[in-house]
Amino acid sequence: MGVISNGTTLLDAGAIDSGVPTGAMVLIDTVTVTNAGNITFDGSLATGFSSAYKEYIFKLIDIHPAATGADYTFQVGTSSDTDFDQTITSTHFRAFHNEAGNTTSLAYSASHDLAQSTSAQILFNGVGAENDESCVGTLHIFDPTSTTFVKHFIFSGTQYQQSDYAIAHHVAGYFNTTTALDRITFFFSSGNQAGTIKMYGIK
Amino acid sequence: MGLISNGTTIFDAGSMAAGLGASMTLIKKLTASSSATLSFVHGSSGVVLDSTYKEYVFICKNMEPSNTGGPDFTFNMSIDTGSNYNVAKTTTQFNARHSEDDGTAALGYIANNDLANGTGFQIIADGVGGAGDECADGIIHLYNPSSTTFVKHFTANFVNYRVNDNAYNVFTSGYANTTSAVDAVQFKFGANNIDAGTICLYGIA
Repeated sequence: MGVISNGTTLLDAGAIDSGVPTGAMVLIDTVTVTNAGNITFDGSLATGFSSAYKEYIFKLIDIHPAATGADYTFQVGTSSDTDFDQTITSTHFRAFHNEAGNTTSLAYSASHDLAQSTSAQILFNGVGAENDESCVGTLHIFDPTSTTFVKHFIFSGTQYQQSDYAIAHHVAGYFNTTTALDRITFFFSSGNQAGTIKMYGIK
Repeated sequence: MGLISNGTTIFDAGSMAAGLGASMTLIKKLTASSSATLSFVHGSSGVVLDSTYKEYVFICKNMEPSNTGGPDFTFNMSIDTGSNYNVAKTTTQFNARHSEDDGTAALGYIANNDLANGTGFQIIADGVGGAGDECADGIIHLYNPSSTTFVKHFTANFVNYRVNDNAYNVFTSGYANTTSAVDAVQFKFGANNIDAGTICLYGIA
């Protein structure tokens, strides 16, 4: 059965008509863990990348480490190289301020960027592990399945650092490969994690 | 015919009820192919850039110049539906940059790329590489362009593979210093063509 309103077809043949706005930002998957090493979107635990979308957004919500002071990181892989070790060149700068109110900074963070490295990219450093401490952020990845261009990413987020600092991070760069990416993983440099990551596709 | 569920109108008069559906709507996608410019003009080719939305978002993907010399990716706005792209703008720009050989890593304000009531095109990605796999990607937010009361603010964040093998993360923001409605936006690589890339325009409800 279709739904026709005022002469306009709204629903028919099991689908919303193309003329009805359905939104350009589509929630693809949500992964919530309470004590896991990695949160991975690879087509098994959760959906991986495909050519269906030219931009993906990951929302990191209250990511909490099991071990105090671990760095939160991510990497990507391909169908032929599943080891999450793609080559990255990136930038990283931070603004921080402590609860005591006596330390502030805005500066490039050379210890957290990468230069043609296959290491995981640090998004947050030294995350606090007390009960109310966590980190949040948004990661954009552009056209991960392109076989022509490098794959750019942009990240911004904020964290509760283990020594009672608020730190805002801005990270960006590219995966220096023309092989299509099909998976991504998020993990702490040591210890397990709790939290939620939502994956969106942008039409 | 309308559709009413538990007292709530879902569809009526040929459209979905207000408050339902999504808040980010794809308005128009433009794809470059050795194009001198890509332009979004209200009322042309299905483009909406008026009071329908209070915020518009442009997402630029795989913007590649025709020239490998590192042209800048730029944009400008119009108040006369695209006859002229020359709105005065006051802007800021800073970037973080890092070279593949690790020889350069810095964060700084870029005085060469800001505007002080300048009517020229605003640089939003600096020195974009044009070799095979090099390009720029980024997002621009344009707020309330149809206002006839306020200036029009924008923010932009781009990441690009710069010539000479650098990653650049470029932050640009400012305002179009006009109380006339902005009704068109144009993108270009200076005097060079846009060899490839797509720009999508979204409205935010």
